[in-house]
This record gives sequence, structure tokens and C-alpha cells, in this order.
Amino acid sequence: MLRAVQAQYLHIPQAAIEQLAAALHIPRTQIIAVAEFYSFLHLTPQGRYDIHISDSITDRMLGKEKLLNYLAEKLKVKTGQVRADGLVSLNNTSCTGMCDQGPAALVNGYALTRLDHAKIDLIAELIEQQAPLLEWPAELFAVDEPIRKPGLLLNQPFNNGAAIAATLARGLMETLAEVDCSNLRGRGGAGFKTALKWRTCSVQTDTPHYVICNADEGEPGTFKDRMLLDLYADQVFEGMTLCAAIIGSDQGLLYLRAEYLFLYEQLQRVLKRRRESGLLGRNILGRDGFDFDIEIRMGAGAYICGEASAQIESLEGKPGIPRVKPPNSVICGYQRKPTVVDNVETFFAATHIAIQGGLWFAEVGTAQSTGSKLLSISGDCARPGIYEYPFGTLVKDILRDCGADDVMGVQVGGPSGTFISNRELQRRIAFEDLSTAGSFMVFNSSRSIFDIVQNFTDFFAHESCGFCTPCRVGTTLLKNQLRKIVEGNGAAVDLEELSELCLIVKNTSHCGLGDSAANPILSTLASHPELYLNQLKQSSFTPGFDLDATLAVARRMAQRDDDAAHLSQVEN
Amino acid sequence: MSGTLCIDGIAVPFSDGQTIIEAARSAGVYIPYLCHRPGYAPYGSCKLCTVKVNGRTNTACTLPAADGQTVISNSPDLQHDRQRITQMLFVEGNHFCPSCEKSGNCQLQAVAYHQNMLDNHYPHFYAQRELDASHPDILIDHDRCIFCNLCVRASKEKDGKEVFGIAGRGIHKRLIVNSPTGKLKDSDISVNDEAAHVCPTGAILVKRSAYLAPIGARIYDHHPISEVACEKEVIKAGEASGYPSCDQTKLAQNGGPDSHYAATMPPAPDIKHDR
Repeated sequence: MLRAVQAQYLHIPQAAIEQLAAALHIPRTQIIAVAEFYSFLHLTPQGRYDIHISDSITDRMLGKEKLLNYLAEKLKVKTGQVRADGLVSLNNTSCTGMCDQGPAALVNGYALTRLDHAKIDLIAELIEQQAPLLEWPAELFAVDEPIRKPGLLLNQPFNNGAAIAATLARGLMETLAEVDCSNLRGRGGAGFKTALKWRTCSVQTDTPHYVICNADEGEPGTFKDRMLLDLYADQVFEGMTLCAAIIGSDQGLLYLRAEYLFLYEQLQRVLKRRRESGLLGRNILGRDGFDFDIEIRMGAGAYICGEASAQIESLEGKPGIPRVKPPNSVICGYQRKPTVVDNVETFFAATHIAIQGGLWFAEVGTAQSTGSKLLSISGDCARPGIYEYPFGTLVKDILRDCGADDVMGVQVGGPSGTFISNRELQRRIAFEDLSTAGSFMVFNSSRSIFDIVQNFTDFFAHESCGFCTPCRVGTTLLKNQLRKIVEGNGAAVDLEELSELCLIVKNTSHCGLGDSAANPILSTLASHPELYLNQLKQSSFTPGFDLDATLAVARRMAQRDDDAAHLSQVEN
Repeated sequence: MSGTLCIDGIAVPFSDGQTIIEAARSAGVYIPYLCHRPGYAPYGSCKLCTVKVNGRTNTACTLPAADGQTVISNSPDLQHDRQRITQMLFVEGNHFCPSCEKSGNCQLQAVAYHQNMLDNHYPHFYAQRELDASHPDILIDHDRCIFCNLCVRASKEKDGKEVFGIAGRGIHKRLIVNSPTGKLKDSDISVNDEAAHVCPTGAILVKRSAYLAPIGARIYDHHPISEVACEKEVIKAGEASGYPSCDQTKLAQNGGPDSHYAATMPPAPDIKHDR
């Protein structure tokens, strides 16, 4: 509703807050809280063309800063501001999920890719002409899905309805047993065992039960869910449907991140077609009483909504603040009812497990991490894109495939994951070694580790929901403390302080965001301690004032400028 | 379900539905907190009550007590983290105890004393926050807000109103008021609402009540928060009246150096007539 209001009025006006509060019987504070929480909702008018430039490290590596300044100059608008005539507003935003085709941006929510000076000239011209977005050339909005290396799942042939039919034929509990035997674990990063989640939900007596597909792919550097929903939507929806059959749910929700607005219409068409084919709706595939439908809900720009309970809060029309656990959302989720929240890729895998059986899946990968993993590879490599690997694959093999010859380090799992140096390329993609939701960013030797770490640390401070003290205050303290050291103003004690702060934020935060917010610093401190040490100020103290400068008057009066007329406070 | 759990080697019985912090408090074991309050729904945001339960980090105010739990609360590590978290709260807002009318009755200050906090440790944020003195009887000094959510919960759950809310994200969090202008004077809060009295710091104050109890005769001037928080009778009295759990006059009447002030304290002025 707020998104619709904003689309029309370019912000959420006070009058709309009053009307909505009265109509929905909710306090206006709730509406204001929501509007302030999400990056793409505003209480003050934005430009008729509202541009957000993706500020992921990979966009920066592709020259984003220069392009942003160029665009700002062209449009005569400052970053973070609305132009005086109200035509255009320009802002930075967190990664928009286009790291394989950056630098990227959003205009009125729609993705722009592979920006360069020529495209920016064109965009600026179209804006000045006030051309409607529909009349903009399609190539500005072109999103490629470069599948570089399909594997177990992406290569699998599929007919719509096959997984549901297989599930019904085998039996619901028997299919759950197959999912169990496959040892499928959540693909969103946490790696919780899928069958356990589904079984726990299925035995809850409280009804109704809900199925939520988490497509809030916000981890910088991840875009495999974008590809799945773009090219394999049927197989994702099918996974949700068979999950619904197993847990006894008739209502599914797809939480689609705001940045993927360009997928919305086509996904609605897929859902419509599935309803018409009897794969959604009442009595699915002729099975009496098997009713299930899926609704798409759009996010509004908040990384934290990738966390299951925050996503549920968001779906309930509230700020995305992670809930207190226990109870877990599988017992007390959407509308306080039992809810399964799974990642796009998890449902996609479940579809094929339902058809092929659990053993087929379990034979691939490692004992603790079965099956395959989709990786979104970006950064300094010849062939960025989507790769599917069996779990257990070595990082060095992946680097070879994607054409990364000069590797300084790799960020596996996005900012919340692990930074590994080029001395650690024998490590494996697996829950028991390098766990990842799919982000895999390659950095060559020309890159500065501090640029990377600062970008990630700023990201967490920006995306912290602010609920708990250590994350709300701590992520900003981390950002400031890191800057102090990087800018050469840190002493040895500041480095100790940084490490201590990392551990406090990590150990005492409310949810996974705070838990991982210090990872970029912690993992680079471990892999490159010398970098941090070299950055420290070597002097034993910093003078509060410049003694030599204050003697300038005395020197002038004495008409002296010899060495003895100068004083140094710090012996270098 | 009831049973016994073990906190720092002390056996603590609990009854059905109690959280660890409530079980501890009933047994006279103090675990520091700010966003919690007896009789309120658990919230779990300040993280001061972080403890280790069977080896895992958790908040004592949200985790249900269970038979046989081993809880570590006062380890040097946890105490150190608590001190740092308290310091974070101090640098995030603008807390000037010496000039604050809540000094001595302030839970944030009392918790800081309890943690032996001698400095702010972190650089100050120097937040720019506005004061809302619009209401005739109640003042909001946003500088002192720690986003504990107690006023939000009090207004909703105890007063049956929804005067307060918390908006913003991350470090830009802010307390907001449910009124057309956003000012407290245009909300339906009343000075008798629990929400007007529940603030653990000096962010929400009842006007003209600041020095009814002089400095030196206030709750925490002679009783550390670890004692006050576990004082069962006082808590009960506080809950019944809808006023802060630790009524300074009651403590004063219990004798000690405060009695003198309690006896000589002027009667509370009629708030209505001096608008």
C-alpha cells in the first residue's frame, strides 16, 4: 500500500499517513516507522525520476564513483538530494544484485545495468526530455542471466507439474523422507536442515500453515536467485507447492526484494499460467482438498529482511526487525502461525529431489553438505556469472573456471562471509569449510583490502535495523574506528580496540546481521595483520598543537630562521 | 513447568512461564537490564542481560527458564561486555548525569555504577536531537532516549493507548509520538499514564517533579541497583500504583539517611493549576 502511495506522490505524504492510519486502524507511528525503515520509502518528495546507484564493492571496482559523479554533474543534482525542479533525485543504495553486469542502478525501481558514459549521457537526455520509462530503450534495462557452468540441478530436464505429481504419487510423508535422505540444507546461508524444518511445521496443530519463499537476495555479490526466478520460476514455485502439500498449507508468499521489480510482471504471468494449468489454486492436479496459491509481496529496500523472522515482520506490514527466539518461525511465524521460510534455491532443489529422490542428491557433494551450490561470481575475473558446483569444490578450481588469473583474495559468502587470501585457495565451498549463500567476489592484486573492508563495514552500519545496542551503536563505532586506522590516525591501542569491538558486536548482537557485521574486519585482520599494523601511526603521541608554528612570530622578530630557531616535539 | 536452574553456582527455583531474569530476580540474583521491566512483555534489545546458558549466548530477559539450565552471568567476560554496552548507550545519546534531573533515580546511571563504568570509553556521537516540551505536564528529552521501548509497551499494553513508537533504522533510530503534529501536546497521553513514568532514563519526565526528592535522597543514592531490582515488596507497590517500581519515598521510609529528607519533603504540588 505504501509503495502504491509513493509511486503516485513520490513520497508518503502526511495526509496519506493520516488516512491510512484511520482506514487500517493502526497508529500513525507504525506507518512512519515503516516509511523510515525501508530505503525505498520516503517521507519527503523524491524526484519524478528517482535514481539509486548500486554501491557494492564490485560496482566501485567497475568505476561506479566516477560514473556517479558524472551523472550528478550531467543532471546538476547532488548525491543524496532532489533537484530543485523536482525532476530527479540521486542516491546511493546497497548492492542491487547485478554484480555480474555492473555498474548498476535503479530508476523508479527498475534495474539499469552495465552503465557507462554513453548510457549515462542517454539517461540524462531522456530525463531532461521527461520521457516516460516505457519509452526508454530496452537495452538500458537488459538483464542477462549468464549461466557459465550448469551442474546437477540446472542441467536437469523438467516438465511443469512433474514434481507435484511425483510427490502425490509417492506419498507426502514418503517425499518428506526423500528430502530427509537428500540431507538438503537451507541455501540462504544458515544451512538448517530442510526436512527437519518441514517436519516440525507439518506436526504443528495450530493452523493455518504458511510457505514463504525468501527472495530478498540482499547479500552483496549474490544474484543466483535473480537468475532462478528469471529462468526457472516454475521450478521454484513447484518446490513451494510440494512443500505446501507436505506441511499442509494453502497459502504461499514470495518475498521479492524491491531491486527485482523488473521480475514482478513476468512472475505474475507464471503464477497465472500455473493456476490455469491446475498447478495452483483449488484441487491441484485433481487432488481433492489440495488447495494452494502464491502471492508476491515486494520488499522495500532492507537487507535485514533476508532474515526469516524480520521478513515475516515485513510481510505483516512492520519494520523488518528480527524477532526474539524462541519461538522459531516454524512454530510461530507469519501471523503467529507455523511457517516455513526457505530460500529460492532450496525450493528449486526440493523440486528435483521430489522427482529424482533423495539418494540422487545425496550422492553429490560432501557428507555434511550434499548436492550442489549455485555461485554468483563477480569481481576480477574474465567470466562473471552463475556457476553450479558440487559442494566440496576447491576455490582454486572455481577461480580457474571463471578466468581469474591474478587473485589477491576472494570474499566467499558476501560481506557476512569470509575473506580468504591467495594463500588459502585450497579451501572448499561447503557448510563445514566456506559456507556461502552464493556470493563469490574475486579481487586482483590491484585492489585495496581496506577499500573492500570499509565498503562492507559501511554496508552493515547502513543496514543494521537498530534494534539492539551492540549492533545499532557497535556497527557505527566499527565503521568509525576502522576509518581512523585506515586514514593513518590509529595507534596500536586503536587496533586492540578494533578487535575488542568486533568481538562484542559479534557475540552480543540480536541476530545474524550483528553476528557477521565484524567478519570483514576479523577475517582480514587474521589474513593480513601486517596491513593493519603498517597503517598505525608510529609516533608515541600526537601533539595537540604545533610548537614550531607558534615560534614563527618569535623567529620573525629575531630575524632568525636557522635550525636552532626550530623546535620539533616529536622525534621521528 | 517448574524446576531449578543454576546461575553462577546458585540454585534458583523457577515457576511456570518465568524467564531466566525473572527467576533470578525472585531469588535475589541480580542480572543487569534496562529494556526489561517486571510485568512487561520481554523485548530483548538492550543486551545488558546477556548470559551464557548451557554454553550459548542468550538474553536472560527473553529466554524461558528450564529445568537444569546452567547459566553464567557474572564471568569477567560478560561483565566486561556489559560495561561496554552501557558505554555504547552513553556515547550514542547525550547523557550529562551531573545536570540531569533524573540523576540518582536513573536506571542507566545506576547500571553504569554497577558495571563500575568510569569513563565513556568510546568517542561520543554528539547526536543532534530535539526536545519536546510541548506538553503541559510531560517532557521528552530525546538526548536521553536509549530505545528500550518501555514507553511504547507501557502506552500500548498498560494504558490502552499507542502514544509512542520507534522509527528509523540503525543509528538513526528515534522515538516518535502518535499525534498529527508529532508533538506530545497533541497526543492523548495523560500524566497519570504508566507511559509517562516508565522511562528508565531521564528521556520522559513529568514536569515539576524533578526535585521532589532531593539529590542524596534518591533511589540509587544509597541502594545499588542490584539490591533495588530484587526488592520484591517495592516492585509490587510500584506495579499496583502504576508508578515506577522503586518508589523513592518508600525506600526512604524504611529508615537510613534518606528518612530525614522524606520527612521534610514538601507535599507534591497540584500539577493542574500552574500551567
